[in-house]
Amino acid sequence: METVLRIQQLNKHFPNGKHALRDVNLNVLRGEMVALIGASGSGKSTLLRHIAGLVVADGASESLIEVDGCCVQRGGRVSRDIRRVRANIGFVFQQFNLVSRLPVLVNVMVGLLHRTPRWRGWLRLFTPQQRAQAVDALQRVGIAECHAQRASTLSGGQQQRAAIARALVQGAKVVLADEPIASLDPESSRKVMEILTRINREDRCTVIVSLHQVEMALKYCPRVVALHQGQVVFDGPSTTLTPALLRELYGVQVDEILPSHTPTPTHAPQSDGVPVHMLPQPALASWRAAGA
Amino acid sequence: MQATRPSAAIALAASTAPKRSLTWYLSWAMLLLLLAASWRGADMRPFDLWRDSGNMATYAADFFPPDFTQWRLYAHEMVITLQIALWGTVLAVVTAVPMALLASANIVPWWVYQPIRRFMDGCRAINEMVFAMLFVVAVGLGPFAGVLALWIHTTGVLAKLFSETVEAIDPQPVEGIRSTGASAMHEIVYGVIPQVIPMWISFTLYRLESNVRSASVVGMVGAGGIGVVLWEIIRGFQYAETGAVMLIIIVTVSAIDLLSAHVRKLLV
Ligand SMILES: Nc1ncnc2c1ncn2[C@@H]1O[C@H](COP(=O)(O)OP(=O)(O)O)[C@@H](O)[C@H]1O
Ligand SMILES: [Mg+2]
Repeated sequence: METVLRIQQLNKHFPNGKHALRDVNLNVLRGEMVALIGASGSGKSTLLRHIAGLVVADGASESLIEVDGCCVQRGGRVSRDIRRVRANIGFVFQQFNLVSRLPVLVNVMVGLLHRTPRWRGWLRLFTPQQRAQAVDALQRVGIAECHAQRASTLSGGQQQRAAIARALVQGAKVVLADEPIASLDPESSRKVMEILTRINREDRCTVIVSLHQVEMALKYCPRVVALHQGQVVFDGPSTTLTPALLRELYGVQVDEILPSHTPTPTHAPQSDGVPVHMLPQPALASWRAAGA
Repeated sequence: MQATRPSAAIALAASTAPKRSLTWYLSWAMLLLLLAASWRGADMRPFDLWRDSGNMATYAADFFPPDFTQWRLYAHEMVITLQIALWGTVLAVVTAVPMALLASANIVPWWVYQPIRRFMDGCRAINEMVFAMLFVVAVGLGPFAGVLALWIHTTGVLAKLFSETVEAIDPQPVEGIRSTGASAMHEIVYGVIPQVIPMWISFTLYRLESNVRSASVVGMVGAGGIGVVLWEIIRGFQYAETGAVMLIIIVTVSAIDLLSAHVRKLLV
């Protein structure tokens, strides 16, 4: 199966000297659903923002990020037609990032702008078909009845679903979700995760979702990538990620991503015989080659 | 994103209390010194005010009762004054919007916003009356010169106010729009404008109020409206008529202020 996301040699130093990403290499195949886990400050947001070309990697480096065969950034420079590349990438933010004063429908139709004639977009002249398309997407995420309301009048869970609808109408091939459930209640969280799972299955969307809590990753994502202080410390099937292994990877920080009361994931015991994929990264090549 | 650092708060609290001793007294001393130094330049003669109070009383009495016999002319010129203010303000909004965006550090690089800001400073620094005199020479006596004068000056004022609102927006929704592959222009139309529009309307209404006041004086240099009438009757020592015109201006300006305050309240 083809690789839809390719990250090579990614390093990021922020201007304050913080080394936020260290030698990240990552390949994701089309149709995968990947969880990106790690304690807060481990670099999850930074990594996802690099993939969308919202942040540039260190200059004068060998770094490369490609999505669906198109270069997002290389050697610390974003691609010249980054906006066209971004059209393939849906981004779902922790804080939803909707325009609160605009109606939900308009917020969703923003996802159509990249393939709307310029002057129509500037004047907010959307066609009836485009409106119908946006209503359809809202229906799929279950909030079609809110389409005329201002985004600010929706609950957090509803806003996040509107943000997913925007990625849907956008026709994104890869959906990046940065802690999409971190500000939501458990019920809304469940709905959002199920919608992400559904677009992964039904639309063959590749989904990369960063999660603060490991249990969600194990529940919804077949593959887990774990970050620790900007480094990929685990990349493998979620079935192989045992609490013991997490403790080994994160040390005392494990409490932050693994609440002590968490029951051991039901499928964890089966992983006993499976080889554990850990650093150094080249060791993971065999797992990736196996096709996941 | 970052939590506020407690150390900063402590430092701030520590710095406010004892600072009074030096900087505080020095600032007051400076202010008093400045006032004293400006006494002669400003030709301050408070005793004349007291000595000539009798003359002033008779002078003030000449304004009453106001003479409204020419009220049709005054009303007509007052309407022209409002029309000058309206056109001057609307043209200024049209030019201030792009100028404000080009003067915002979160929209354009420094080599764009720095020159635009300096240009707007220039438009703002020079009073409407000065522009009015210049335009009277350029386009002739009449209201059009007044409109142009208000346009330039108000562009400078609104561009600054507008760009300050743009710089204070929440960047997250804009990033949301950027992430869909939309263009920079789309980011502005969908991400920036909806966030700033209530403030922009509010500033525009404020400016309309003050432009009605300005439009009633640009006439004094020949740029049309009630100011022309006012200037003529003051020069003709027709104090009763002057009283009438001043009353008309006061009533109109207050009415516009009330109206725009009401509209602003509706919008917020
Ligand atoms: N703009 C920035 N400037 C400086 N440091 C930053 C910036 N953004 C993130 N960081 C730092 O980079 C590290 C990774 O942050 P982030 O990617 O937000 O982590 P996560 O999303 O996993 O919580 C943190 O130590 C954070 O403080
Ligand atoms: Mg984060």
